[in-house]
This record gives sequence, structure tokens and C-alpha cells, in this order.
Amino acid sequence: MTQSVLSVRVRNNAGVLSHVSGLFTRRGYNIDSLSVGVTENPEVSVITLVVSEAPEIVLQIEKQLKKLVDVLDIIDLTGEHSVKREVALVTIYVNKSNRHEVLTLIDVYEAHVIDITDSEVMVELLATPRRISSFIAVFADFGIKEIARTGTISLAYPSSRKGADKA
Amino acid sequence: MSIGPEKTGAQVMIDTLLSHGVEVAWGIPGGALLPFYDDLYNSSLRHILVRHEQGAVHAADAYARVTGKLGVAIGTSGPGATNLITGIANAKMDSIPVLAITGQVATASIGTDAFQEADTYGLTIPITKYNALLKNPDDVARITEEAIRVAMSGRQGPVHIDFPKDVQSGLTRKTTPGELKVPARHIEPVPLVGDLDQLADAINHAHRPVFYVGGGAVMSGASEVLLRIAEKAQIPVVSTLTGLGAFPGTHNLHLGMLGMHGTAYANYAVQECDFILSIGARFDDRVASDTKDFASHAVKAHIDIDPAEANKRVAVDIYVQGDARVVLEQIENSVLRVETREWAKRVAELRDANPLKFTLTGSDIKPQYVIHRIWERTRGEAVVATDVGQHQMWAAQYYPLKNPRHWVTSAGLGTMGFGLPAALGAKIGKPDSEVILFSGDGSFQMNIQELGTARENNIKVKIVLFNNGFLGMVRQWQEMFHGNRLSHSQIHFNPDFTAIAGAYQIPAMAISKPEEVEAAIDFLLNTDDIALLEVRIPAEEKVFPMIPSGKAYTSMMDYEHSGDGSVFSPNQFKEN
Ligand SMILES: Cc1ncc(C[n+]2csc(CCOP(=O)(O)OP(=O)(O)O)c2C)c(N)n1
Ligand SMILES: [Mg+2]
Repeated sequence: MTQSVLSVRVRNNAGVLSHVSGLFTRRGYNIDSLSVGVTENPEVSVITLVVSEAPEIVLQIEKQLKKLVDVLDIIDLTGEHSVKREVALVTIYVNKSNRHEVLTLIDVYEAHVIDITDSEVMVELLATPRRISSFIAVFADFGIKEIARTGTISLAYPSSRKGADKA
Repeated sequence: MSIGPEKTGAQVMIDTLLSHGVEVAWGIPGGALLPFYDDLYNSSLRHILVRHEQGAVHAADAYARVTGKLGVAIGTSGPGATNLITGIANAKMDSIPVLAITGQVATASIGTDAFQEADTYGLTIPITKYNALLKNPDDVARITEEAIRVAMSGRQGPVHIDFPKDVQSGLTRKTTPGELKVPARHIEPVPLVGDLDQLADAINHAHRPVFYVGGGAVMSGASEVLLRIAEKAQIPVVSTLTGLGAFPGTHNLHLGMLGMHGTAYANYAVQECDFILSIGARFDDRVASDTKDFASHAVKAHIDIDPAEANKRVAVDIYVQGDARVVLEQIENSVLRVETREWAKRVAELRDANPLKFTLTGSDIKPQYVIHRIWERTRGEAVVATDVGQHQMWAAQYYPLKNPRHWVTSAGLGTMGFGLPAALGAKIGKPDSEVILFSGDGSFQMNIQELGTARENNIKVKIVLFNNGFLGMVRQWQEMFHGNRLSHSQIHFNPDFTAIAGAYQIPAMAISKPEEVEAAIDFLLNTDDIALLEVRIPAEEKVFPMIPSGKAYTSMMDYEHSGDGSVFSPNQFKEN
């Protein structure tokens, strides 16, 4: 199933997240990731949703979201016209013999090492969600102790403000 | 924003309600509502004290259904609020504008598990269109205004305001709403979107069209234009459970209810049609149980005020977003006059060949017959409230309503216990109409305490209580689909309902023989007071026709006569 990215601008009310996430549980939609943060306007937050659903379900999701009073507008950022970024923190198991190889690979991904011990390396990676997944897949062979991912955030490229859909 | 003299938050809310023409609220006070009720004490807002908050919200809901105005229900924090929940969910499912106001512990105590604290805001999120927890008296006017506007706009529905005690008593100068913060699309008329020419064309080109009418037609006041178009183009009309009354029940073109317990001829017409237009109906599972099979040969069109209903369960060929009345008025002139239509004759044939029917015997009273006679005696003009179960379906089948907003039934949620408080709400909303409640022995006992509210306020509803000693609808399914294992559907002990009525000083009578029916209806209709008629009926009586859940229309089972007695089919269409 292809992933869709929806950027949902909401009024910054207590409870708005419950309304949005509650909609997903109530109607049984699958969320891959959800991230919330502030915007240029302190009264407005943006919720970036990544969902794996068929296009007609994504349409239903948009319509149902528009029924929530705190939802201001929804922009479909699926596809090439938008930038998608995510941050991951990953702690990888290392030992004397593979440490060098691990550090080289980390470099290949342009990730930053945050902390190192004899047995672990903690890395920070800012990249597209896909690149982060690939990074995790590669380091799975060495053993991953723990991962924290922020979930996708996204904005349309200023040069391609197409397909943006005002609610 | 006017900056007048200071008022309490409670006073501001009451004033805002009054400014919207709210005349009556239903509720029960409590600790967290003392400041609110203190301001209510001297206000012109009528308050009816119920016996259980569920009664308050069902009454408010029914009041809204029959009047088209906002219903208001009030409960205190904690248990008062949770008692409202069923009724709020009920109003949500049937898109009824109800404002639920709940007391809440003081803002400083929220989150501390204070006495009678519950997260009411959290509880109402999935069952309201809008909800808010007030934190500041300055917000009361705006939020109350927003709640009311949202409830009454677009696809209507319930809203909830959680009102902490200190915000009720706190003072504010912001006594008018000022600038609203909800996006305009929630409070302004829904714009008409869609191709009206295409819709009119599709109607004109259909050979076997059907109008499939739902609650949206009632809510939008589409009845008159619907009748004009249906007559002009000779288009048969089928109704959903909530759509009943939108089209005159006894009209030649009316085929009654469709779906699970719809008439056989309505369902045959839907199967045979080549065009079906949903007018404010949502292709739900009681109507289109098997979505692929539903009107499978037909071009499907849909008018709905809620764009999220487009293609939700059944994909349609034409969708028009908008208020049903407005859309119909816009296409009226484009729909062509048809003098007679072969199809209209065909459905009349279907109707004559497959009428509603049941068996009359000399020994038992048949509920269908009682409803039929009450329908005749009240000329189809009463406001009919029901509970949930077999009696509800019989009422839908055998009381063809003449008018819209005369039908008060819990459709989407199917809430047993809705009936009695709903009848009270309906009578307050339409005091000059006869209000008849058809209830069952199971449902009636779920809110039987509201007999007290009826008596105290002399709300003269007429109660017909069908006593089959069973949760009859459950029994019917167990008999038909679960090998007749009647697991816990029998009510082994029922009280003496007439004695209970007597204890509430309500005139009552019980009958069990067919020859008693006429006098009992005389008693019911001629008593100038609340009246309760208990009708003892055989437990085996079933609701037919029936399309089993999940099945196609071809699986419809119709009534089959066996044993003694004679088959009776009421002629509901003699007036036209
Ligand atoms: C609150 C609630 N609980 C359970 C049900 C499930 N249910 C549907 S119909 C029914 C039986 C209703 O019995 P009664 O009111 O006597 O009506 P009858 O079917 O016998 O006419 C039950 C238990 C329900 N709809 N609502
Ligand atoms: Mg019963």
C-alpha cells in the first residue's frame, strides 16, 4: 500500500490531538506516523500524518478530518512536490572488531555520532523517512539496541505549490 | 464585543441560550451545577426536572426532532454527565441537534480525581460535533454560541460544553460572543456542490426510478418539494427508518420503509429500479446490508449535506453536496412531467401482490392490528414515538405517517429506553398533537422512572406498552438464526404495569383479548390525561418481511401464514 502524507493544520487547543487520533481509532484507519508541532502562528499547530490506506480511504480520512472543528485545513503532501524529513536516534551495538566498519557506514549516511562507548554507538540522523529506514535496515545486522523516530514532517517545495488543497 | 456590567458565567450561558430562542431545558442539578441552577432559578428558561439524566437527553433529542429547534439537556459532573452519554451518542447517530451541558469540578481540582470528577470532555469527543471544556468565564458566551451554531449547522448533531463550577460563578464582562473561532465551514450554510443538470438528466432518463429518502430529507424540510417532484415525474418513494414522514405515508407513490424490515414491495422496487436517488440517506447496513447487491442494476445518485457520506459505503455515480430541500428546489423545474409511468404501475402491482400481512385469530391480540387501528383512529396524524425492538418495526410498518417531524425513534443507535422520555420531549415540542408511544416490556423498564416526570408536569402522552414477556427482537433472531435457543431473552418477571402506572397516578388499562381492543383504544384516546395501555401479545409474533443481516435482498423472508386464523393486510393506501 502506498503511503500518503497529510499535513493537517489545527487550532492549538488542548484536546485537538485526542480528536484527531480518536478519529483514527474510531474509524479504524491505519496511521504509520503522526507528528505534532508548532507553526509560524502560535495559535496553529501542524499534525503530519502518514497513513497507509487506499486512495478512496485517504479521501474519507480527509473528509472526516474536515468535520473536526479544530481542523483548519489539510494539505496532501503525498508525492514529489514536498520535502519530507524525519529525525532518528539510533543506538547500535559495536565491538572492537566491527567498530571501524560501523563508523564508516555511519559516515556514508551522513549521520552524526552523539556518543560512543566500548559496546555502543549512538547516532543522530536527519533524513527522508526512506533513508532512515534504509539506515536502520543496514545496522540491524550489527544489532540495534534502541531507536526513537520523530515521525515525518513535511512542507511543499515553494517552487511547486501544486496539489495543495485548502480545506 | 459588548463590555457591559459583569455577569456570572452561568448567567451568560443562560442568556446566550435565550438569545437563540431556547425555551426549555431538561436536567437534574448537583453539586457541580449549583451556581448554574442558582442563576436558572430566576431565569425565563423553562427547566423540566427529569428522574434520570438519560431521560433529559432523550427528551431534548425528541424535542429537537419534532420542532427542528435545539434540544438542551443538563447533568452534573461525574455520574450526571456519564448518564447523558447514551443519549448524546443516540443524537449523534441520528444527527439531532442537542446541547449537553455538564457541571464539572472547579478548574483547580481538574485532574486530581476530585469528588464526582470524570473526564467528560474526553468522553464526548467521539460522539459530538463539537465539545469544549470551559476554563474562563470570558469564553462562555463565545463557546456557547459556537456550540449552538455548530449543532444547528450543516449535518446537525449533538454538542457538549463542560462547565466547571468556578467558571459558572466567575464574573465576566464578555457577555456576548464576539468573534467566533470555529472555521466558517462549520457554522455557515453548506454550499451546493455538484452537477445539477447531470442529476436532473439522470432522473429524466430513468425508466424505473426510485427516490430513497432518509432523515436528511426530514431535517432539511424537503417534504413539499419532494412531493411535487415525485408526483410530477411519477417516481415511487421508499423511506429509511428516519426518513418516515418525509413523504406522505399513504400516498400512492409511497412504498414504505426499505431494508431489513422494509416492505417487500419497497425492496422489490429497489431491486428492479434502474435509477436510485438517495435524498439525505446514507446507504447504511440496515438498508444496504450487502453493498454489492444493493440496487445493483441502478444508476446511483446521492444528495447529502455531509460530503463524508459520499461513497462511504456504496459508490455512487452522481453526488451532489447540499441541503436536500435546496437541491431539490433547484432541480424541480428541470425534472420533466410524466403523465403516467409504466413503472409506477409496476410498483403498484408489486405492492398489491406483496402487502404487509399478519394473521388475525380470535384468541390473541396482534400488535400490528392495534397499531393499525390507532393509525386509523388518529388519521395518521399523531406524533409517534417508539422504543427499540419488534414493536418499533411494527410501528414503522403499520403507522404510515402523514407528516414529517412526527416520527421519534432511535434509529442509528437503537437505544432501548429512548421511548418514554422521547415521547415527553415530543409532547412538550408539539403540545397540540396527540403523542403516542409504542413501547415494549423490555425497553419500557429502561426509563420507566420518567413516568414521574410525565405526571409532575402533566405531559399527556399516550403509552401503548406491548408486553410479550420477552426481549422480543432478540427472541426473533434466536428463533430464526440460533436454533431457537432462547438464551436470556425471556423476561421471567414483569411487574404489574397498570399498578405501576397507578402508583404514578396515571390512568392505565391492560388487555389480552382481541374483543377488548376497541374499548381500550377508546380509553387511550379519550382519556384527557396521560394514559397507559398494556397490550399482552403472543411472544411468537415476528416482524416480517425480514432480510437477514449481511444478506442480499433476494434473501428476503416474507410472512407466511400457517395455523388458524385469517390473513389480514391493512389497506394503507385507501386515501389516494
Ligand atoms: C440499551 C439496549 N440494550 C440492548 C439492546 C438490544 N436489543 C435490541 S431489541 C431488544 C429487545 C427489546 O425488547 P422489548 O422492548 O420488550 O421490545 P420487543 O422486541 O419485545 O417488542 C434488545 C435487548 C438495545 N437495542 N438497547
Ligand atoms: Mg418485549
